[in-house]
Amino acid sequence: MNAWIDSTRAELRRLMLWPATWVLGGIWITLLFAFVFAFPYIAYRSGDQDAFQGGPTSELLASMLPQAAPASLIQGTPMFGGAVAMIFAALVVGNAYGWGTWKTVLTQGPGRLAATGGTLAAIGACVLGLVLFSTVFVLGMSSLVAAVESQDLVWPDWGETAASMGGTALVLGMWASGGAFLGALTRGPALSVGLGLLWTLVVENLLRGVAQLIDGLPAVVDRLPGSSAGSLAGALSSASGDAEGTPGVLDALSGPVAAGMLGGYVVVFLVLAFALVERRDVA
Amino acid sequence: MDDDIVSTDRLTKRYGDRAAADRVSLTVRRGEVYGFLGPNGAGKTTTLRMLLGLVEPSGGSALVHGLPPGSPGALRRTGSLIEGPGFYPYLSGLENLRVVARYRGLGRREAEEALERVDLAERGKDRFRTYSLGMKQRLGVAAALMGRPDLLVLDEPTNGLDPAGMASMRRLIQDLSGDGQTVLLSSHLLAEVQQCCHRVGVIVDGRMSFEGTVADLRGARVLQVGAEPAERAAPIVKGAARAEVEQARDEDGRTVLTTEASGVDVPAMVRELVADGVDVHSVAVRERSLEDVFLTMTEAQR
Repeated sequence: MNAWIDSTRAELRRLMLWPATWVLGGIWITLLFAFVFAFPYIAYRSGDQDAFQGGPTSELLASMLPQAAPASLIQGTPMFGGAVAMIFAALVVGNAYGWGTWKTVLTQGPGRLAATGGTLAAIGACVLGLVLFSTVFVLGMSSLVAAVESQDLVWPDWGETAASMGGTALVLGMWASGGAFLGALTRGPALSVGLGLLWTLVVENLLRGVAQLIDGLPAVVDRLPGSSAGSLAGALSSASGDAEGTPGVLDALSGPVAAGMLGGYVVVFLVLAFALVERRDVA
Repeated sequence: MDDDIVSTDRLTKRYGDRAAADRVSLTVRRGEVYGFLGPNGAGKTTTLRMLLGLVEPSGGSALVHGLPPGSPGALRRTGSLIEGPGFYPYLSGLENLRVVARYRGLGRREAEEALERVDLAERGKDRFRTYSLGMKQRLGVAAALMGRPDLLVLDEPTNGLDPAGMASMRRLIQDLSGDGQTVLLSSHLLAEVQQCCHRVGVIVDGRMSFEGTVADLRGARVLQVGAEPAERAAPIVKGAARAEVEQARDEDGRTVLTTEASGVDVPAMVRELVADGVDVHSVAVRERSLEDVFLTMTEAQR
């Protein structure tokens, strides 16, 4: 057990000192700020109904207030957040091969399971940290909007907020596990990031387009990682706000089914990542 | 207590049809500096990787500290630098060592001590990516030293070092050996092995072709006679040595005859040469250079 803790601490230290960790986290927060607050606010101020994703201006304002925070938090995860988490994990694991640091780490004697577990746990800790910070950020920004627009400060339902945080963690965690798996599979940062992005941004959308041609394919496509993530985001955001029209947010699966699929993917990706590092030679 | 800190028995690694290491059997005894010698691509690094558990052998067996290679117990007591140092380029040298120290379960002081040991303390705060090849190599050695492991496995540790760096690396290895640490050192540089190793193993094309002391490897001393004309000198030298005589030319283009030195009455041979009207330019009894032995050995195998 000590080896697991030592490995996690060592890996966390090097991730916290890695500029890429902060750059990627910063990108996610910037996207969150831009698409949840900045653009809707500009549209709201302009009073033009068609300026940003349409809808009456009162709805636009409501989407920026604390009550909509649970939806605000999760609606960006299927597309941008997932991609950011996947890139991060793929870089962490892939670069360890590229830099030759796996070799250094494994020869320190933690054992391959503990070394892999430490790396994955450190990635998980970063994802959880990001979820916590995003929650605080969204609540803070929405309170600011409420104050500026002289709206009553009504906090969101805390149960819904917790569910949204859990869902966000699950979606980001699923993509991060996928990235870690790809990093271990391709043993390098470039191919793993490329393949991951190709999947999240292109392949699933194309499959969605052709699914109708083959019997039974739609059901499969609905259960792919991106669709499951989109469905969970759809299910969790519909309660507190309307996320329809947000790219990647779907209603293909019910919330529990989507969460179950995501949990399954996390387990599969992690097991594959462990198996790949455990069994293959480090050359 | 077993005196062999590393022992392998017909350790083999195949990549497809090619055996990178073919039935390698070697033993490293506690407290010695063992030179693992071979040309590039002979299988040195592959063998060392198997000893550290990075590569799974295709056949044979090995024990390190009496344990299976790559087991945490064996690795905790082994420091290693394999085929170039692998560090995080964005971290400073010191931070890199601190990360490694955490993986090893060591305290923070270890990293600073190790840096001082390889003369990198002054540049410890600079990022690894700004280091020269020699500094990177030294940082790799520093990481291997942390925690004072009983066994150090160093794969071509002087790679990329300038002459001063090489000399200080040799001193470091001798110090480590003086402190009772065992060093398994691979190299394609004979001078390095000649100067600091107690025993050597030679690997060529994946196979061990020799294991023993440096003196054993060199074998007997040789007699070199610079004398002309060769056709008159050679039979006399051959008669005196009662062994085969090799002919070569020195840098001035004169014939040099080389044969085994043992049992030759040198003054008598020289008198005989002079009496026969042969011009004698030089007479020397030399130990064979390791390089000669090595080249003979590698060519014989090919």
